Amino acid sequence: MPGEATSSCWSCGTMRAVHFCSSCGKVQPPVPVDYFTFFGFPRKLNLDTSALEKEFYALSRRLHPDVFGQADTRERSWSLEQSSMLNDAYRTLKDPIKRTEYLLRLEGVELEEQSKQATEKARATGELKKQVVPPDLLEEVFELNMHLEELRIQKKLGEDDPALLEEIGKAKLSLEEKYEALFNELKTEWNNWDKSVDNGTADGTNDDRRRILDKMLDVLNRRNYVRNLVRDVNEALEN
Amino acid sequence: MATDYIVGIDLGTTNSLVAYMQGDSPVVIPGEDGLNLVPSVVALDEKNQIIVGNAARRYLIETPERAVYSVKRLMGRGVEDIQDELKLFPFQLAEDLHEGEVLRIKIGERTYTPPEISALVLRQLKRNAERFFGASVTQAVVTVPAYFNDAQRQATKDAGRIAGLNVLRLVNEPTAASLAYGLDKKKHGIVVVYDLGGGTFDISILKLHDGIFEVIATNGDTHLGGDDIDNLLIALALDDIRGDLGLDVRRSGEAVQRIRKAVIEAKIALSSQPSATLDVDLPGGKKYQREISLEVFEQMIQRIVDRTVGPCKQALKDAGLKPEQIDEVVLVGGSTRIPKVRRLVQDLFRRAPHTDLNPDEVVALGAAVQANILGGGSEITKEMLLLDVTPLSLGIEVAGGVTDKIILRNSTVPASATQYYTTQVDGQTNVAIHVLQGERELARDCRSLARFDLKGVPPMPAGMPRIEVKFLIDANGILRVSAREQRSGKEAEIDVQPSYGLTDEQVENMLLESFDYAEEDFRQRQVIEARREADTILTALAKGKKNQAWQELTSDERRNVETLEKALVAVKDGDDYHAIRGGIDALNEATMRLAELMMDTAVSNALKGKAMDDTDLEEGLQAGHPVAKAEFE
Repeated sequence: MPGEATSSCWSCGTMRAVHFCSSCGKVQPPVPVDYFTFFGFPRKLNLDTSALEKEFYALSRRLHPDVFGQADTRERSWSLEQSSMLNDAYRTLKDPIKRTEYLLRLEGVELEEQSKQATEKARATGELKKQVVPPDLLEEVFELNMHLEELRIQKKLGEDDPALLEEIGKAKLSLEEKYEALFNELKTEWNNWDKSVDNGTADGTNDDRRRILDKMLDVLNRRNYVRNLVRDVNEALEN
Repeated sequence: MATDYIVGIDLGTTNSLVAYMQGDSPVVIPGEDGLNLVPSVVALDEKNQIIVGNAARRYLIETPERAVYSVKRLMGRGVEDIQDELKLFPFQLAEDLHEGEVLRIKIGERTYTPPEISALVLRQLKRNAERFFGASVTQAVVTVPAYFNDAQRQATKDAGRIAGLNVLRLVNEPTAASLAYGLDKKKHGIVVVYDLGGGTFDISILKLHDGIFEVIATNGDTHLGGDDIDNLLIALALDDIRGDLGLDVRRSGEAVQRIRKAVIEAKIALSSQPSATLDVDLPGGKKYQREISLEVFEQMIQRIVDRTVGPCKQALKDAGLKPEQIDEVVLVGGSTRIPKVRRLVQDLFRRAPHTDLNPDEVVALGAAVQANILGGGSEITKEMLLLDVTPLSLGIEVAGGVTDKIILRNSTVPASATQYYTTQVDGQTNVAIHVLQGERELARDCRSLARFDLKGVPPMPAGMPRIEVKFLIDANGILRVSAREQRSGKEAEIDVQPSYGLTDEQVENMLLESFDYAEEDFRQRQVIEARREADTILTALAKGKKNQAWQELTSDERRNVETLEKALVAVKDGDDYHAIRGGIDALNEATMRLAELMMDTAVSNALKGKAMDDTDLEEGLQAGHPVAKAEFE
C-alpha cells in the first residue's frame, strides 16, 4: 500500500512508520494517504468502530497540536496537518454511510448528489437535478405525493382529515422500514466487498468488484431517495 | 519551562480573570486591589489616562461618555450587525464609520476598535500576573464563547497581540470549564456544560474518556446573557420613572448607569431573597424606588431564559443523545446563579446540575489547565487532551448565491476540506472565492468570513487550470487557506480581505506598546510644556525685578516671591509634572500684585505719553496666569 512506503526519519534517520518515527517517536511530515491507510486498516467496509475510536484517541494523544505547544514551527505545522487529517479520516470512517461513499470515491465511482444541499442548490440555480425514482417505489411515491398534495390543500383551508393523516403516517412507516432494509442490503454488499478484498485483486475478480461497487452505489441512491421522501413527509406534517 | 509563565485568561463580557497552575491546582491571580474579578470596563480619566477594571467603574456613572463596558458584544462585528445592541447599550460609535469597516467606539475624544479596548483589559490582567510573579508574562491561553465565529475569534486573538500577549490557544469557554471540573477525579461519561454569562450563552456536550475531553456537539447564542436581563429591568425602571415621576431620563447617561447599578444589585439579591428593592438617586435630587418580587422577576426573564432551550435541544440532537444519556451537568457563568435558570437546566437534562465550582472563576481556571498542558504538562495534566469542535459550518459561495458546506459544524478541529477550482475565461489569472460560516442554505444568510482572490494562476485555456484550495480550521477554530495550481505546481497567492476583521498591518499598528508610548509621550509632553511655562514665568519675573514696581512691593512680598522662585528653579528640570505645576501656580499667585503694579505703571506711563516699554507688557506674568489655561477637559 502506498502509505506504508517507509523512508527515514527527518530527526534520527531510522526507518519510520507512517506518522512517527518508530525509533525516536518524532512526528513526521504528512504523506498523502487514504483514510484507511492512515489508520493502518485494510480497505474494508466492515469496521470495528470501537477499535477505530481507540486508535483515534491513541493517535490524537500523539498528533494533536496541543502536544506540540513547545515544539518548533516545523513540527507544529506537521502536527496541525497530521491531526486535521486524523480528524477528517475519523469523521469519515466512523459513519457507515460516509465510509461507504468514501470508498466508492476512492475506487473511482462518481456519486450522485442526493443531499438536501444539492436539492436546494438545484432549486436556487434552476438547474435540473436527476431524481430517478427507484422502480419498486414508483407506485408508492405516486400515491404518497397525491396524499401530501391533499394535505397541503386541507391545511390551507384549515381542515383536518384524520383518515388522510393516518394514510400518510402509514406510508411514512413503510418508508422508514424500507430505509432500514436498504441499510441491511448495503451491509450485504459490504460483506461481498470485504470478501473480494480478502481474496485479493490478482485472481481476475475486477469485474466482480466493479459489480459490487455499482450495486452499493445503487443502494445508496435508493436510500437517499427514501430519506428525502421521509424528510418531505415530516416537513409536510410539521408545516 | 518554569521560567516562562503561561497564564489562562477568561476575557468576559462583564468580568475578566487571569489564572495559572500552581502545582496541581489552578488558582486565580488577584489584582492590586485584592479582587479576583477585573470588570471588563475601560475609562479615560480627567487627564486622559486609561483606567481599567474596578477603578474604571465609577466613571460609568460620573462620566458615562468616557467609559465603556460589554465591548465583547462588538468583537468581530460590523456596524450593520450591531443595530440592536446600539438600542440597548450606550456605545458611541465614531462618526466617520463606513459599512464593512471595523467598528470604532468613542471614549471621551478618542476612538478605539473593540479589539483595542479588549486589549486594554488583557493588558491589565497581564500586569496583574506580572506583579504577582515578579516576572514578565508574554504567553496566554484566552477563552472565547464556543459559539464565536471566525471573525470574533480572530478579533480576540488580535486583542491579545495588541496587548503584547502571544495567544497560544483560544479555548472555548464551556470546554475550559470542563477541564477545571474534570481535573480532580478521573471521570468517564457524557457531560453537559451550560454556560450563561454576562453576554453570551453556550451549551457543549462532551464525552470524557481517560483524560480525553472530546466535544461532541456545541451550540449557543453569542448575544444572550445577564446583560439582557439587566436591560429588561432598566427598561422597566425607565418606564416607571417616566410614568410616576414624569421624568424622561433615557438620554441621561448618568441616570441610566445609576439605574443599571441598582438593577444589577437587585438581580443578584433575587437569587437568594424573595424580593428586592430598586433604590436610585436620580440626578437632580429625585428618588426612584420600587420593590420587585421574585415572581415578577421570573415572569420578566422567562423569555430570555427560554431562548437557551433551542440551542440545548439542537446540541442534543446533533450529538445523537437523549437527556437520559447525560451523566452530569455543569453550570458556568454568573447568570446560572439565578434559581429559574437552574430549574430550567434541571428540567431539560433531568438531573441536578453541579454547582461546586464558582461559576465566575471556573472558565479562567480551565484556561490555566490548558495553559499548563500547552506548556508541556505536569503530572496531573499529562494524560489530559482536549478535542474541540467548530461550532459553525464552513461553506463557500457557489453559482446562484448558494452556500456549499465543506466543513460541517461539530467537526473536531483541526479539520480540513479541499476544493478544486478552475477558470471560466482563456488566460484568466485570478479566481475569486467567497468563504462563509453558518447553517443557512443561501450565502446571503450566512456570515461572510472573507473574500479570497487567488492570484497568479498561470494563463491557460479556460477550464484547464486545476487549483487546489485547502481550507483548514485550526485548533483555535480559526480558518487558514492555502492554494496551489496543480498543473504547474505553482502556489497561488492568496489575497485575504477579512469581511469584519483587522488586517495584520492594522493590528501591527495598534500594538499596545504604542499605547504605552502614547501614555508615556503624554506624560513627557506635560512635563515639557510645564517646564516651558516655568521658564517663561521665571524670565518675566527676572525682568519684573528690574521694574520700579518691584520696589513697591513690601519686603515680605519680595521675600515670598524669591523663595517660590528658588523652589520652582529647583524642580523645573526634574520629571515631576505635579511639582513643576505646583511651583508655577504658587509663583503666579505670589506675583499677582507685582503684575498689577507693572500694568499700572505701564498704563500711567502711556497716559503720560511715554512710549510703552516693550519689556513691560510682553507675554510674561499675565500669560502665565492659570485662569486662561485649561486642562484637558
